[in-house]
Amino acid sequence: MSNLTTAAYLISSVLFILSLRGLSHPSTARRGNFLGILGMTIAIVTTLANPGVLSYKEIGVAFLIGGLIGTSIAVRIQMTALPQLVAAFHSLVGLAAVFVAASAYYNPSAFNIGTVGAIPMGSLIEMSIGTAIGAVTFTGSIIAFGKLQGFVSGNPLVFKGQHFLNLLLGLGIIALIVKFCIDQNQELFWLIVAASFVIGVLLIVPIGGADMPVIVSMLNSYSGWAAAGIGFTLSNNLLIITGALVGSSGAILSYIMCKGMNRSFLNVLLGGFGGEQAASADGVKDDRQAKQGNASDAAFMMKNSKTIIIVPGYGMAVAQAQHALREMGDLLKAAGAEVRYAIHPVAGRMPGHMNVLLAEANVPYDEVLELDEINRDFSETDVAFVIGANDVTNPAAKTDKTSAIYGMPILDVENAGQVFFVKRGMASGYAGVQNELFFRDNTLMLFGDAKKVCEDIIKGLEN
Amino acid sequence: MSEISNQLENLSFKAQQIANEASQLASSVVDTSGGHSDFIIFGITVLVLACFVGYYVVWSVTPALHSPLMGVTNAISSVIIVGALLAAGPIDSTISKYFGLVAVGLAAVNIFGGFVVTNRMLSMFKKK
Repeated sequence: MSNLTTAAYLISSVLFILSLRGLSHPSTARRGNFLGILGMTIAIVTTLANPGVLSYKEIGVAFLIGGLIGTSIAVRIQMTALPQLVAAFHSLVGLAAVFVAASAYYNPSAFNIGTVGAIPMGSLIEMSIGTAIGAVTFTGSIIAFGKLQGFVSGNPLVFKGQHFLNLLLGLGIIALIVKFCIDQNQELFWLIVAASFVIGVLLIVPIGGADMPVIVSMLNSYSGWAAAGIGFTLSNNLLIITGALVGSSGAILSYIMCKGMNRSFLNVLLGGFGGEQAASADGVKDDRQAKQGNASDAAFMMKNSKTIIIVPGYGMAVAQAQHALREMGDLLKAAGAEVRYAIHPVAGRMPGHMNVLLAEANVPYDEVLELDEINRDFSETDVAFVIGANDVTNPAAKTDKTSAIYGMPILDVENAGQVFFVKRGMASGYAGVQNELFFRDNTLMLFGDAKKVCEDIIKGLEN
Repeated sequence: MSEISNQLENLSFKAQQIANEASQLASSVVDTSGGHSDFIIFGITVLVLACFVGYYVVWSVTPALHSPLMGVTNAISSVIIVGALLAAGPIDSTISKYFGLVAVGLAAVNIFGGFVVTNRMLSMFKKK
């Protein structure tokens, strides 16, 4: 690799780092995204200038087809469908890693790593590890996509001996890699790919729908490690640096999500948590009666309050209620109330999902606050309006040591003067735990579809 | 006299040989140190340092922008296209080249898709 090429790749790496740095504030974020595009352009042009790259026509066609598909999907996708889009994109990175590794195996001279059948041991190890991670990312992301999109049931699929089977498969893959590094046999290469495909599926099927934020972040991390693995095969620092950035980013997001649920990463990975089964298995019948209100009561009370905090959750995304919610917020602001939004770290199906949906509905980002920033303010707030969230508001997480969600950080909505809780029915949330909040004196349930309820309140406010 | 000159010739021939061997040895030393076997250690150094950079940079990202963060990281992880381009580069049609072309296409979906969707998200974040 010439010094000039190395320098260009270094510039790309620095631009990628600056691109992530730009996301520290919404005002610099778009410039960050632009720096990322610049870095990618430099990386691609530099590689095209490599003397070994000659088939410009075919490469151009492949690049254009891919680019057109990617752009047309990205332009059309609804913001509520972001999590499944990201999962689908991760699967492509994984698959690309497998193809690059396969290509390196069949024509090692293009990568300066020896000749067919005589690839150095180090390169073989890197190649097979990169392949395995890429393949796991591919099928794992496809299952995650299916669960988020609803193609595959969001319920955890658990069967006897599951973890033992995974362990066996994992050990099998390691054995295959060792054998492949000695024999350099092509059947072994494809066996590694096949076994990794299977384990990718098995790892994700036992995980419930609402744990998907952790899983999408984890797969994000994997796609980075796969890129870093290929970077070792190519002796390319750009791939290693970028892979490490993406890998650590995904890992940190998974950690934040786990902390937001007070569960260990291992507990999420082992799966079997939540889903509809858990919700219905809650068995214990509650005789207590929740107070039920209607939209015009809520409209009247909110019109006369000074401070309002809105707590959105995944239910808002499902009902596509963000626009109606913003309109309701605007009317309340016009009536003289201070309206703010409180976002729990695990609200929605991917990190930051709610922030994007509210931004889409034109809610200014300085009205949208994180749990730590706003939690103290609930006690001085007239009305808390919970829409589509459930477990993240359950006071039992603070007091009931037997509860499945004990210790999870929650939004203290019960401290507000009046709580309105928009919900379709009395069913318990993802964790299968009854929400104590429903039976508090200051809670009024507003049953119905989130969007419909907002629209009814808007009508009430306009009268 | 002729004997001495012969010996001298012999000696100079041997010296030449030794010099040749030495230069070969030197070049093979350069090969191994600049070649692949040592790249692993160098690469791991880069990887570890980059993980630290990633750790500090990512913690500084505001939680409100965690979705765009996933969009950007998804796009830049497609830098794997560098490997795909090298694989697809040769003129002759081999299976290896076609694998490379498929990988170029897949990575391109991601690059364009990732950056475009991130830009769409970020353009919606507005101040009061």
